[in-house]
Amino acid sequence: MRADQLGLRTAMADRLLPTLVGAMSFLAALAIAGALAAATLASHWQGDTGSALTVQVTDPADPAAGGGTRLQAVLSILKASPNVSDLHQLSDAEMNSLLEPWLGATASQLNLPVPAVIAASWNQRGDADALAAELAAVAPGTQAETGAAWASRVAALTSSIQASAVSVLLIVAAVAAAVISVATRAGLAQRREAIEIIHGLGALDSDIAGSFALRATRLAGTGAAIGALIALPVLFWLARLAAPFASILPQAGVPALPAPLWAALPALPAAAALIGWGTAQITVRGWLRQLA
Amino acid sequence: MIRFVDVWLKYRHKGETSGASADVLRAMSFDIPDGGFRWLTGPSGAGKTSLLKLMYLAEHPYRGRIDILGVPAARLSRREAAMLRRRIGVVYQDFRLLPHLSAYDNVALPMRLARRPEAQIRADVSELLHWVGLSDKLDRRPYELSGGEQQRIAIARAVVGQPHLLLADEPTGNLDDEQADRLMLLITSLNRLGTTVVVATHNLALVRNYPAPCLEIAHGRLLHAG
Repeated sequence: MRADQLGLRTAMADRLLPTLVGAMSFLAALAIAGALAAATLASHWQGDTGSALTVQVTDPADPAAGGGTRLQAVLSILKASPNVSDLHQLSDAEMNSLLEPWLGATASQLNLPVPAVIAASWNQRGDADALAAELAAVAPGTQAETGAAWASRVAALTSSIQASAVSVLLIVAAVAAAVISVATRAGLAQRREAIEIIHGLGALDSDIAGSFALRATRLAGTGAAIGALIALPVLFWLARLAAPFASILPQAGVPALPAPLWAALPALPAAAALIGWGTAQITVRGWLRQLA
Repeated sequence: MIRFVDVWLKYRHKGETSGASADVLRAMSFDIPDGGFRWLTGPSGAGKTSLLKLMYLAEHPYRGRIDILGVPAARLSRREAAMLRRRIGVVYQDFRLLPHLSAYDNVALPMRLARRPEAQIRADVSELLHWVGLSDKLDRRPYELSGGEQQRIAIARAVVGQPHLLLADEPTGNLDDEQADRLMLLITSLNRLGTTVVVATHNLALVRNYPAPCLEIAHGRLLHAG
């Protein structure tokens, strides 16, 4: 059917619907950015935390069961383990800087029985419990901890954030569809007589539904594009805040957005247009059933 | 061929039970052969407009059988019904022009719905608007035209697609005698070319001037056919 034979330019006005769909698109952009940020942060944190090994050796200078000090015995086992690398025993200065927040600047002068702390990289496929048992055998009371438990908690947190983001996207899509449906119904009510005339002249249901769907597609797509554009500076601002945590390096003072987000933003108007087209088609075809 | 066999019609509104409203048309049975011409006469409220609505598929009877242009109306899918409507030209009593379209676009509407080439539309619509004396008002909206001019636009729209069936509900109601004669000349010309025509009217003088078989109805019943 020729463009706007039903006068939909006035029946489906070009302000309210794009504004509401634009707001939905803005929220969707933030939800997608949140989900992607959670995934990025989780991958960084899971990699760092899951591969960290921390060993605390109490009374490090005391003799070990097999000769030498407890610290030497532990270090020799760690060096021999194929799953341990990058061994680093924390110096007194490093220990003091860790204790300072808790015990104050004079922590080093308190002569507390501070354990020796060894940081290392851990191959996550290794058996951490077996290593802990081996260390405890030569130096009882030695504690060996990997970040596996923390990594699994981070994974659970990430999954819940992503599930929340998907829920937000679904709700936003449903609200957008409801808004488009209401606008289409208002257009149908306003153009009822014109539709009846065109129907009587032999217009197919697909002709009439197509006119409404074209209008709804344009309005929803335009609104979503504006919403996505408005979201862009907000996303850059959030990326700047998150940069220290996500290892996203600013480029010429502007923090980079992840590539999947650049792909998702143009998809928002396309998705909104698709929702507009589908919702209008369903609404109009259902309404036309009342005509003979 | 238009065929009505024991057709009954009542208007039902939402939530209304079948027995709540009165019959508008009762036991209507008649035939109109292809290329036939019938006057449809009767007092106001007799059911003339309702009978025409059944012919242009705007209503369905609750009992009886209707064939339009040889096609059983009850068996049509929505798409088939729309395609059949394109073969029917209707002049409505209240014109039913689209207020946001120009006179030209109103007349062009049936051809555009039928996806005719724009060049053909331009030629046919311009010729027809010239014939009804409105070639200088192509761009006017209906509300900028008089009642008679609107009626001529409605007539042009009904005949522009060279329909197989032309239905007219009081088509001369807003026309002066000269315009009414021109309209009847157009309608009889179409009829001679094979279009089946049904014209509902109160105007008995018009019926006398253009003698043809008559469907006379009163209180929803057919009193006389022929």
